[in-house]
Amino acid sequence: MLAMSVIVFVGVYAIGDPVEILISPDADQIERERAIQALGLDLPLWQQYGTFLIRALQGDLGRSFVFNEPALQLILQKMPATLELAVGATFMAVLIGLPLGLYAGLKPDSAGSKAIMAGSILGFSLPTFWVGLMLIMVFAVQLGWLPSTGRGETAQFLGLQWSFLTRDGLAHLMMPAINLSLFKISLVIRLTRSGVRETMLMDYVKFARAKGLSPARVTYVHVFKNILIPVVTVVGLELGSTIAFSVVTESVFAWPGMGKLIIDSINVLDRPVIVAYLMIIVMMFIVINLVVDLLYSTLDPRVRLEGKS
Amino acid sequence: MSDITANAAPPAAPAAREETPFRRFVSEFFASKIATGGLIVFTIIALLAIFAPWIAPQNPYDLAQLDIMDGRLEPGAVGGSGIVHWLGTDDQGRDMLSGIIYGLRISLTVGIGSAFIASLVGASLGLLAAYAGGRTDSVIMRLVDLQLSFPTILAALMILAFLGKGVGNVVIALVIVEWAYYARTVRGSALVERRREYIEAAQCLALPTRRILFRHLLPNCLPPLIVVGTIQVARAIALEATLSFLGLGVPITEPSLGLLIANGYEYMLSGKYWISFYPGIALLVTIVSINLMGDHLRDVLNPRLKK
Amino acid sequence: MRSTIAALALAGLLGTASTQASAQTLNMAVGAPVTSLDPHFHQLSPNNAAASMIFSRLVETDDRARSIPGLAESWRAVEPTVWEFKLRPGVRFHNGREFTAEDVAFTLARVPNVPNSPASFTLFVRPISRVEIVDPLTIRLHTRTPYPLLPMDLTNIFILDRETHEGATTERFNSGELAVGTGPFRVVRHANGDRIELERNDQYFGERPAFARVNYRMITNDAARTAALMAGDVDVIDQVPTADLSRMRRDNRLSLYETTGLRLIFLSLDHSREDASPFITDNDGRPIARNPLKDLRVRQALSMAIDRPNMVERVMEGAATPTGQFLAEGVTSHIPGYPVPRFDPDGARRLLAEAGFPNGFRITLHGPNDRYPNDARIIQAVGQMWTRVGIRTAVDAQTWATFIGRANRAELSAFLLGWGMNPDGSHPLRNLIACPNRETGLGASNRGRYCNPELDRGLMESSEMLDEAARQERLIALERMALDDVALIPLHIQTNIWGARRGFVVTPRADELTRAQDVRPASSPAAAR
Repeated sequence: MLAMSVIVFVGVYAIGDPVEILISPDADQIERERAIQALGLDLPLWQQYGTFLIRALQGDLGRSFVFNEPALQLILQKMPATLELAVGATFMAVLIGLPLGLYAGLKPDSAGSKAIMAGSILGFSLPTFWVGLMLIMVFAVQLGWLPSTGRGETAQFLGLQWSFLTRDGLAHLMMPAINLSLFKISLVIRLTRSGVRETMLMDYVKFARAKGLSPARVTYVHVFKNILIPVVTVVGLELGSTIAFSVVTESVFAWPGMGKLIIDSINVLDRPVIVAYLMIIVMMFIVINLVVDLLYSTLDPRVRLEGKS
Repeated sequence: MSDITANAAPPAAPAAREETPFRRFVSEFFASKIATGGLIVFTIIALLAIFAPWIAPQNPYDLAQLDIMDGRLEPGAVGGSGIVHWLGTDDQGRDMLSGIIYGLRISLTVGIGSAFIASLVGASLGLLAAYAGGRTDSVIMRLVDLQLSFPTILAALMILAFLGKGVGNVVIALVIVEWAYYARTVRGSALVERRREYIEAAQCLALPTRRILFRHLLPNCLPPLIVVGTIQVARAIALEATLSFLGLGVPITEPSLGLLIANGYEYMLSGKYWISFYPGIALLVTIVSINLMGDHLRDVLNPRLKK
Repeated sequence: MRSTIAALALAGLLGTASTQASAQTLNMAVGAPVTSLDPHFHQLSPNNAAASMIFSRLVETDDRARSIPGLAESWRAVEPTVWEFKLRPGVRFHNGREFTAEDVAFTLARVPNVPNSPASFTLFVRPISRVEIVDPLTIRLHTRTPYPLLPMDLTNIFILDRETHEGATTERFNSGELAVGTGPFRVVRHANGDRIELERNDQYFGERPAFARVNYRMITNDAARTAALMAGDVDVIDQVPTADLSRMRRDNRLSLYETTGLRLIFLSLDHSREDASPFITDNDGRPIARNPLKDLRVRQALSMAIDRPNMVERVMEGAATPTGQFLAEGVTSHIPGYPVPRFDPDGARRLLAEAGFPNGFRITLHGPNDRYPNDARIIQAVGQMWTRVGIRTAVDAQTWATFIGRANRAELSAFLLGWGMNPDGSHPLRNLIACPNRETGLGASNRGRYCNPELDRGLMESSEMLDEAARQERLIALERMALDDVALIPLHIQTNIWGARRGFVVTPRADELTRAQDVRPASSPAAAR
């Protein structure tokens, strides 16, 4: 994490000078110098980093240049929006992807599964921003079924504002979540299908069949349990990256989450926000990895054994 | 299972072993009509891309050949220079057909180039991590975690800000952001594979580590690698498009398919569909053909699917 | 049973109430995010637009950027270095406190002291040396030297209340708690970078706004904003993308409101180097020992090679006015009759030959790709046109963050910039044309490093002229001097465009501000103006 903060610090420094972007075009040289000083950018880089590090250890990740608010607070304000978008998308991916993948794996030669596979190829072929706009064009502009952009009404829960608790909010959540989940649906379909096809040929499945177990039991108990491993890994990994990468979807759908905040912050080189954001993402990732590892060992006895030995 | 144990058995007749799997692979690959179709389409696309300067009606990268007076012409319209623009023109008067053919070149270079290099780097490190275990494993996996937790777009943005725009730089940026996927995937399956009997057998025979890694472990980790690989080629092309969409990536005067789509995106609502529609189709066909091949390749290469 | 009926009745009541409320609610979407509700924190158009809905200024500006009375009813220079402002009586802040001269003095003192401000408003109050409160409704501002521009500078300063805002932090403005002003709307809720919810201030001293509630949203993606308007999610949007203009003009559910703005798009040239300029080479790619851009004939040729009317037509879809000067017609310091440079490729080739470049040279034209409408397209089009007269042009568009740093360090040879003008000619001359000089504060945005001492002298003289007519005459002569010398190459002045659903009328503003008080229902009589 330390390494990361150094990389980001230097990286953002290399891209450009935030003062050039933030300062008003009318500003004269004196005002420019005042601004550089006010933002603490007149110090040498290592000194800026030192100050940052000392404050960070006290839990202060700096103040946003643009909003003049603590960067951490700014990000945490936006987190629920991104979180529900990412969870919604993941939920949808599993809900849609798993059964379709199972079907495609069990009946690989049927027309249905060929259509599913073709669809899954489309799912990760199309650039997200393009699909997003198409969705808006069709469902909001042409058909008028769903609201085009924004988050809609929110409701208070656990002290935070959530969209999925109101009907209006849910309608707003629909399209961005679909947009974000398309890629993952395809991924889950493919993983499930290849998993099913492989496990069906395994000796223990043949054995289970030979024992005379019902096909349903073989599928749902023996096969299902085994294909869950790669699916869980990938979905888990993808949850983290979805949160991090919802940038495009959020900017197309004007979804006020962390992703939109980060892209705006990158555009104006608001370094405290960028650094704080990445720190949070890294933390989140570590947690997610831990959870995935735990799930992994419950699902795959072989890994569990390895851990013990 | 018999296949796998055969793999681990000491080599009796090396020459024969080298030949047969490849021949079998070729015949199995062409057994599928869809995969053959994918290969044919992809070959056509690749040829188009390679011979772009001789096929395209216009050099879309030469500003002197463009004229904004020909901008946003509909498909089939005739431009000021007498060229028929079969797929219309974009806002700069760039012939879309030429733009697409040249754009294919860049997208393919970026997509395949970055996926290939990233898979080489990633797979080697993943294998090493799984096989060596211990400290090597944890160092590599920390690196992977670090890489995966770094949002792709931000990483690519910073790398490109360091390097500047350009096809080569986009490839470098994509390799840096993508290798970790391969490493993680390969390690994951290698971890499971290395506990299997055939590896233990190979170890008992005291075969050199490199041989075990690349001859025994790697082939059995290939299926997931290929799944990820095909996805990543598509992903790399789409990512390049997104980078272009965000104003990075390739230079505006030398658009890739992604940049063509991003440019046309602004015109989607105004009914000038052809500016982003046709590049979109070209992108789609390319990626679908790659994936069809990849899909089938996976089935063919997967020893566990063979009876 | 009874409770069911009551509930039904209540539901019906609520239903009607909400329908009425929605008819009274204005949904707007703007393309640039408001970053703070502290009116003195960050000098940025979107912030100023939001502030001018909540707060008021001593001197306001109308839609053509002319100064009009605001919290000050009148003002005059009682001595060459003293401006006196008569304040409007009976004005109250949203929390009921009365507005007096004390508040003006407090505000002027706060402006330079906002912590962490990345772009402060200090510039506008720096000329003031002393504030003198004559009586609660009269205030005198003393300046060190005669300063004719003070009332115009004060159009940037939003007035706060001394009692309410003593020691106020930017955070407490952003939370909405202290976003208390004398403006037409009060803040209900502020979600950073997402939306501001406003309600009408019925005590407002000016014209009563037409809508009781306003939902001021930020949708930064152009296509998403247009789509939101088409889908009816919002009633008004600003910064209509030029790509959508033709379709929106045909759509009879929508109307467009446009006006010529104050933003000039121009090309800046490297004047700083006598020897080789970094991005200019001869046709074989070797550096040229002298900088061709120092030759007036080359600069003229570059300007003549550009077909401005066609570029505006094709690239900007008509949403701009081709120009050869800083300001549009009808604006204070416009030079009457100064021509738009004629498109003359043959003339350009001839001038190049005279300057010793019969075969032209190679140049890279830089520009941003995320700053001004169609910025990357404009430089490509210019590249095409320059290439046609023999100057082989490569085009490099970068994000603003990367581009502007390089431009400031004078690393480039030719590059595209935009500049939002004040209507007074001193503004572009001081910032874009005068020699960069830290002491005088001149030329701070003169990135081509053009320098003409004679022009600078004239500019300094004009800045102390209190006779407005004579001052304008002088400024116009100086503008001519700069433009005749092709200090920069003006391309066009942008048109500001708002899109609205039928039934909503927007008063378009030259200064690009998008404000709820400028929107009225079509039936309202005030819409006629």
